[in-house]
Amino acid sequence: MLELRKDIFADERDDNLKEIGKGTQRQDMLGHVTGTSSYFNDHKLQGMLHLKVVRSTQAHARIRRIDTTDAERSAGVRRIIRGTDVPVNLNTLLSLINFGKDDEPSLAVDKVRYKGEPILAIVADSEHEAFEAIAKVKVDYEPLPAVFDVEDALKSGAPVVNETYPKNTFIYHDVYDHQRLRFGDADAALASADHVLEQRYQMSPIEHAPTETNGAIAAPDTNGRYVVYTSTQALFFSVDTCAKILDVPSNTFHFIGGTVGGGFGGKVDTLTEPLAILGAMLTGRPVRYVFGREEEMQYGPPRGAERIYIKDGVMRDGRVVARKIRAYFDSGAYTRLSSYAAVKCAAHLPGPYTIPNVYGDVYCVFTNRTPATAMRGFGVTAMDFAIECQMDKLANLVGMDPMEFRILNAYRDGDMKAHRREAKNTALIECVQVAAEKAKWPIRDEFRRASSRKDGGGSRAAIPPTPTDSRARPAAPAQQRTSYDRAPVTATREPPRDPPPPAPPPPPPRPAAPSHGATRFSSVFGTRRR
Amino acid sequence: MAKIPLQFRHNGRDVAIFVDGGTNLLVALRELIGDMTPKFGCGQGGCGTCSVLIDGELHLSCLTLAETVAGRSIETLDGMKQGPNLHPLQRAFADNFAAQCGYCTPGMLMAAKALLDRNPSPSRDEVVEAISGNICRCTGYEPIINAILAAAGGRVSA
Amino acid sequence: MAVTVKTFVSASEAAGALSSDRTARYLGGGTLVMRALNEGDVSISIVVRAQDQALTRIDASGPRITLGAGVTFARVLAERDLAFLHAPARSIGGPAVRNMGTVGGNLFALSPYGDFTVALLALDATVAVQGGFGARDIPIEEFLQARERQTGTLVLSVSCTRPANTESFRYRKIARIKPKGGSVITLAAHLPLSGGRIAGARIALGSMAPTQIRARAAERALEGRSLDAATIAAAASAATEGTSPSDNALGSAWYRREIVGVHLRRLLSGQE
Repeated sequence: MLELRKDIFADERDDNLKEIGKGTQRQDMLGHVTGTSSYFNDHKLQGMLHLKVVRSTQAHARIRRIDTTDAERSAGVRRIIRGTDVPVNLNTLLSLINFGKDDEPSLAVDKVRYKGEPILAIVADSEHEAFEAIAKVKVDYEPLPAVFDVEDALKSGAPVVNETYPKNTFIYHDVYDHQRLRFGDADAALASADHVLEQRYQMSPIEHAPTETNGAIAAPDTNGRYVVYTSTQALFFSVDTCAKILDVPSNTFHFIGGTVGGGFGGKVDTLTEPLAILGAMLTGRPVRYVFGREEEMQYGPPRGAERIYIKDGVMRDGRVVARKIRAYFDSGAYTRLSSYAAVKCAAHLPGPYTIPNVYGDVYCVFTNRTPATAMRGFGVTAMDFAIECQMDKLANLVGMDPMEFRILNAYRDGDMKAHRREAKNTALIECVQVAAEKAKWPIRDEFRRASSRKDGGGSRAAIPPTPTDSRARPAAPAQQRTSYDRAPVTATREPPRDPPPPAPPPPPPRPAAPSHGATRFSSVFGTRRR
Repeated sequence: MAKIPLQFRHNGRDVAIFVDGGTNLLVALRELIGDMTPKFGCGQGGCGTCSVLIDGELHLSCLTLAETVAGRSIETLDGMKQGPNLHPLQRAFADNFAAQCGYCTPGMLMAAKALLDRNPSPSRDEVVEAISGNICRCTGYEPIINAILAAAGGRVSA
Repeated sequence: MAVTVKTFVSASEAAGALSSDRTARYLGGGTLVMRALNEGDVSISIVVRAQDQALTRIDASGPRITLGAGVTFARVLAERDLAFLHAPARSIGGPAVRNMGTVGGNLFALSPYGDFTVALLALDATVAVQGGFGARDIPIEEFLQARERQTGTLVLSVSCTRPANTESFRYRKIARIKPKGGSVITLAAHLPLSGGRIAGARIALGSMAPTQIRARAAERALEGRSLDAATIAAAASAATEGTSPSDNALGSAWYRREIVGVHLRRLLSGQE
């Protein structure tokens, strides 16, 4: 049963809560239990046609020729859509917030970069007839060497997966091929540490497997508009993506969604709406494009795989003094949201621990695998898995209890994080204490008495001298405006925050960094302080 | 291609439709009768969200050839309410927060009904077994099991 | 063009229709053929059905029992005389799949499915089929080896040995999900005893080869011996001989080879 520990941090909280701790009925529950909640596919439209796609059988190949002669004559076929029929056949999802280059076609034209990539769309009177026509399409492939491993993809001479990024890494701000974190001198600290532990971790791709598969129904409306019923988790994001791909104003569309049969991050990629709408535009009829289960499992985007190397220095008394991490996020063949996942990966280093010397390199790598996407804490989950496994191993190495080891190394209020932000409202110590108590795991008194609000700051608030990488610094970034660069001062909307955050006390020697202070909200990046 | 005439009982009402050869019962119910309560989840028998009762027995409508139900009686979630009132199972699901995205709920409720119609006071293990063909990806099995047990125990007022 | 459904009163007529067209498939419980249609398999253009009562008959009276091909797993579970087949029947699907899936269809279910067939293989089953050339009985191993060519023949029934007692037949399915899930591996063992010694052991494995197979080396290790620790260890270490498992989402070939001996040892020593 849920237990609220209101005793912890009671003085930091305005405790007149009226909802938490009580049951409140979901507003959609009555619809769910009577089966009247309306999902995208619960619309039966007069004269609806069915769209299915021809998918690549190859992981990496040049397309020599696509022969649709027999498919065009197949019974019930209304329209075959090729890449050249898509008005803007190159997009990247985060281009809507001016982040990254367009790198992914809606329908492959000259090359396929992963097995299952859409090549053609067939619109037919029935799904069965669409399947029959698909079986008659002949695609002539010239297979190319494929790369499936993130580290192989970075070796010289590796096949170029995606020509938009010829080094097989996402390029940040036109210049940087990875995310980099430097805080203190990790190499020196490793050299003087009592123990050094280097380990390799990896996590496989994970499919969301929502019970409702991805799909959309698009229907011509009056006044040249289109009604679109969609499974999307990101309705306005999908509207704008469709407007870009189909090269029409976004008010061309009336998107209806919001009731999603399970998403978990797997329904933010706008995979079905553009082709469903294009099918409706080209035929003048309602068109449905819904994934089958095999399509969802095999070609629906998963949580991206990660490989993480951690090298830690630890002292005999249990203090972690250095953490050096090299991580690779497997984006698959296209960017989608993985550029952001790698940022989150770097932002999560070194975990919720105060470590005076941190060094991190995080790469967003292209391979010939299914493009990855969002999923519950993507970028952070695998990193957390790796860091916490490593913490257990380090505790074992120095002969310390793993719970006490975490309390010893935890962030405390006032500490300086490796990202040069002061740690505030930290609570790991209290979490570990409650977890130990619940698990009846004995911890010693001094650790039971520890507090996130004691013994932080002071020397722990300092930013240590940090050597500059010996590698030549890359040239100054071009004038690309992204949410990482400082945005133009105009129209930066701040969400209301209640109570207003107190201005952070300036950390002692502030580095010469971009000015900070403004809070900006983005549906993708969340609230960011800059 | 000639359409095939098909008659059966749908939630106590006689219906007559014409289907294409090879049409499954899920498509017949949703697209020809307009009963959207059974859902498509996999088309493979793996998820259970299309579950319906055929002559009182739990079946997967997506794997049932429509014409095999000629003359038989089909029950779906659409027929579960008792007039304006919720069925005790529906009330128990609502009271126990046994739905999140709601997509598995129609199948869960039909699987639960198939169980309670035969076994009005099942054990927890029997409830688990009864919904073992139904996947909830929001991972809310515990509230679902509790809801079915509550409905069985009469701890729910309809 | 939609699929044509042909429904016949007698099994022999259905068998005739099935053997006369390469694109015809027989529809039993629907869990294989409807699944294929739903996933867009356009190689099927004719679906054949038979309403013959003989296909759903159960004869559980003698030392060899006979199950009509159309008998569902739910019906197997409802028959007290078939208690020895309850564990394999219960290990398949959820209640809805067991209300639909049939004994005959299970013969055609590819890994990670086809668990009931593993039990039938251990119980020295015979498959009665009817093709264009008439009816005949085929030993189940022969049937499975030629399974890809069997889609044109109609399975009428399956007969198998009734084990002498509950101890002499054992079944174990390893899945990642309880109580339901595809098979990582499935094991069944028939261990008839004669004077305290095993005579005529049959061990069947699922998901250890393209079809269900017998673990003949393990059988040889048991033959003529009593079921003691040394014999069990010898059988377990021979479990992988002749197997050729594949990788799939539920487990790798390596993993299957690693665990098959462990589970055979547990099965033979009566561990949970």
